[in-house]
Amino acid sequence: MHEQTFWTMLFGRLSWESIPLHEPILLGTFIVVVLLGLGILAAVTRYRLWGWLWHEWLTSVDHKKIGIMYMILGIIMLLRGFADALMMRAQQAIAFGGAEGYLPAHHYDQIFTAHGTIMIFFVAIPLIVGLVNFVMPLQIGARDVAFPFLNNLSFWLTVAGAVLVMISLFVGEFSRGGWLNYVPVANIQNSPDTGPDYYLWALQIAGVGTTLSAINMVTTIIKMRAPGMTMMKMPVFCWTALCSNVLAIAIFPVLTGAFALLMLDRYVGMNFFTNDLGGNPMMYWNLVWIWGHPEVYVLVLPAFGIFSEITSTFSGKRLFGYSSMVYATVVITILSYLVWLHHFFTMGSGASVNSFFGIATMVISIPTGAKIFNWLFTMYRGRIRFELPMMWVVAFMLTFVVGGMTGVLLAVPPADFVLHNSLFLVAHFHNVIIGGVVFGLFAGMVYWFPKAFGFKLDPFWGKISFWGWVIGYWVAWTPIYVVGLMGTTRRVRHFDDPSLQIWFVIAGIGALIILVGILAFVIQIAVSIRNREALRDTTGDPWDGRTLEWSTTSPPPPYNFAFTPRVHDLDAWYDMKALGHAPPAEGFRPIHMPRNTGAGVIISALALVLGFAMIWYIWWLAALSFVALLVYSIAHTFNYDRDYYVPAEEVARIEGARTAPGAA
Amino acid sequence: MARETLEAAPAVNPTYYLVEEDEHHAASGGGTLLGFWIYLMSDALIFATLFATYGVVSGNFAGGPSPREIFELPLVALNTAMLLFSSITFGMGMIDMESGRTRATLGWLAVTALFGFAFISIELYEFASLIAEGATPQRSAFLSGFFTLVGTHGLHVTFGLIWIAVMMVQIGQRGLIPENRRRLICLGMFWHLLDVVWIGVFTFVYLLGVLR
Repeated sequence: MHEQTFWTMLFGRLSWESIPLHEPILLGTFIVVVLLGLGILAAVTRYRLWGWLWHEWLTSVDHKKIGIMYMILGIIMLLRGFADALMMRAQQAIAFGGAEGYLPAHHYDQIFTAHGTIMIFFVAIPLIVGLVNFVMPLQIGARDVAFPFLNNLSFWLTVAGAVLVMISLFVGEFSRGGWLNYVPVANIQNSPDTGPDYYLWALQIAGVGTTLSAINMVTTIIKMRAPGMTMMKMPVFCWTALCSNVLAIAIFPVLTGAFALLMLDRYVGMNFFTNDLGGNPMMYWNLVWIWGHPEVYVLVLPAFGIFSEITSTFSGKRLFGYSSMVYATVVITILSYLVWLHHFFTMGSGASVNSFFGIATMVISIPTGAKIFNWLFTMYRGRIRFELPMMWVVAFMLTFVVGGMTGVLLAVPPADFVLHNSLFLVAHFHNVIIGGVVFGLFAGMVYWFPKAFGFKLDPFWGKISFWGWVIGYWVAWTPIYVVGLMGTTRRVRHFDDPSLQIWFVIAGIGALIILVGILAFVIQIAVSIRNREALRDTTGDPWDGRTLEWSTTSPPPPYNFAFTPRVHDLDAWYDMKALGHAPPAEGFRPIHMPRNTGAGVIISALALVLGFAMIWYIWWLAALSFVALLVYSIAHTFNYDRDYYVPAEEVARIEGARTAPGAA
Repeated sequence: MARETLEAAPAVNPTYYLVEEDEHHAASGGGTLLGFWIYLMSDALIFATLFATYGVVSGNFAGGPSPREIFELPLVALNTAMLLFSSITFGMGMIDMESGRTRATLGWLAVTALFGFAFISIELYEFASLIAEGATPQRSAFLSGFFTLVGTHGLHVTFGLIWIAVMMVQIGQRGLIPENRRRLICLGMFWHLLDVVWIGVFTFVYLLGVLR
């Protein structure tokens, strides 16, 4: 007895039973992950890359490198999230009538929770934030973001959150409460296990990172635009990045607050979302959806920006209706904050309240529709080059419009009472998120890859990836729309009615076609790296671009621009090319740059330990890591030596090497 | 200014590069203040969430005590005075910072910290006596909301106190250099925001709670 309390003090509720040795699927995954990880660590050690990795990448405050690291994080987590999707599709395709499928209920519930959580928080957000990080400062002619260290910290906090979610796969359990960790399932009475705690701590830590990143981006856009770039001469992608990040600042604190209240319920025994002593579970739903609905626009607005840039570039025309595009973006930003209740019309808030939120939801389709027409009119009479980025744009327009229409359908409260929590809804949001955000991200990655690395991505494998995603999407989700309209509900592990099975088999085939698209994307990157000399772009402007990021070389030097560009017109780089520009070949000046720092990695590692200790009730470790976090952060503020000057000779040398004939 | 002259410049033979000293990017100190303002707004939204939550549950006593039974307005009024005085003294410190008087700035910071410490002590006393009476945060949703809202504000003040201490050491070490001035301005904005939030707490939680 005495020994037991000692172990509890030392390890909290962590024990050997927390490691799922009895579950072959998890054990197999764990072994594969460990082997892969050991392989990577061995390779890094073998080629003596630790120093390079630490100094050039992990501690870097360069917005371009941080952007690329965000993208890598997003792509790795996409593989994990998609593995969850395949498991669900397989389960639903076989679990009919007498067949129970291969996933037990508590495992299946964790999978659908993890799939949604990972795909939104650790795939979509890192990919969007990564693209904004990489592209936006280049587009506004800046040398870095407003707070370079904060940028590094934001990234590593996001990584810490992702690591916690991954740990939950092998140590203990993840939440079974759905992707927003809904109460009452996530209340301590119903889930006394670690699941909701993993969820809460992972997202609190990552959420701080996202909030800080959003503050950073907004300040950068407001304060650091090149001279002459007024707000209405700013590229549309920057406008969408601005609105998306303003929105993120407006919503993430609400999510943080809601999660903190649930933590107090779970850890201290308070009664915010309980069913007795005056608690109110629907308050949690309201709070998380005040975050949740605008979050959709946090993700999709930058995707709209990507589509705008690509449409204009590949049609060889100025974007049609620039100012209407800007106003539409702003209007969507504001309206998106006023519609959250449409996620639970069935709550019973009455006809008047439901009507308000239903109509507000429908109104959003007006500015969004205006955007679609703007893209169409940009293409109209343009010289369209159907290269890979433009193919993604067209696929987006065809796919997303359908998702938008089913969205308006769901916004009608009486229809929603029938379709609430059905697979029709699930098909709708996958339609807009895959068709809008994912297609946009792929378009953006193909479009800006040559800027980041100096060579284009292989078009053959890119097209296979494209068709895999587009065909796979339609094959996977059309049957789900159909069964959803017939009344099948979501988050179901087993079906009684065998007549539905064929639809789920088709959906499973669609998921496999998407798998082809994902694998082709990975192969595309590998093939492109191997053939990089053949795909090399020496101009820095491979697509005949129109915005400032194409005015510098690929990849850009650490300081982006040796001379800050002066902007006179929208599409500044097109303007410069048309009227003739001559970058000065001499007269370089020292450039003021921020220093790299390991503080972001260390603070995030401490936050990770704090989260893990709190999840497992290891109180001494939690206290220790919290104090360490505080002391280290304070100590960091005593370091006043945070920047340096790149000497003029060094700038001249780099510029000379970059512009020399035959230079890569 | 510069922007307007640019727009008026003829479009013929425009200059596309800044070859002169890059003031535009060097002067990013203003960025810190704007960024900090935006951070404060996000913090204000956390308080907004807590206020809204308190608003929803403030009548859910679940058979437990109601505000009228447990709130002691004289004590809260004293506490409010402490916090408001601390804001005044911080403002005095900022005036001395503007005139470059290091010792006076440090003195006022110490006085501010003293008032802040008094505020926290009184709040902890209030919490302790409530819990002793059985009005614990677990008792009802109303008390959960009350302790969380007021406690979050108290935590902010505590972090403000730590920040003041750190700031005093840094000013002591390096004097009123531009970095420290910038940090002091941020600290001031933080401290005054806590005042504003407290006015809301005092009015909506304590005054209205006792009136109802």
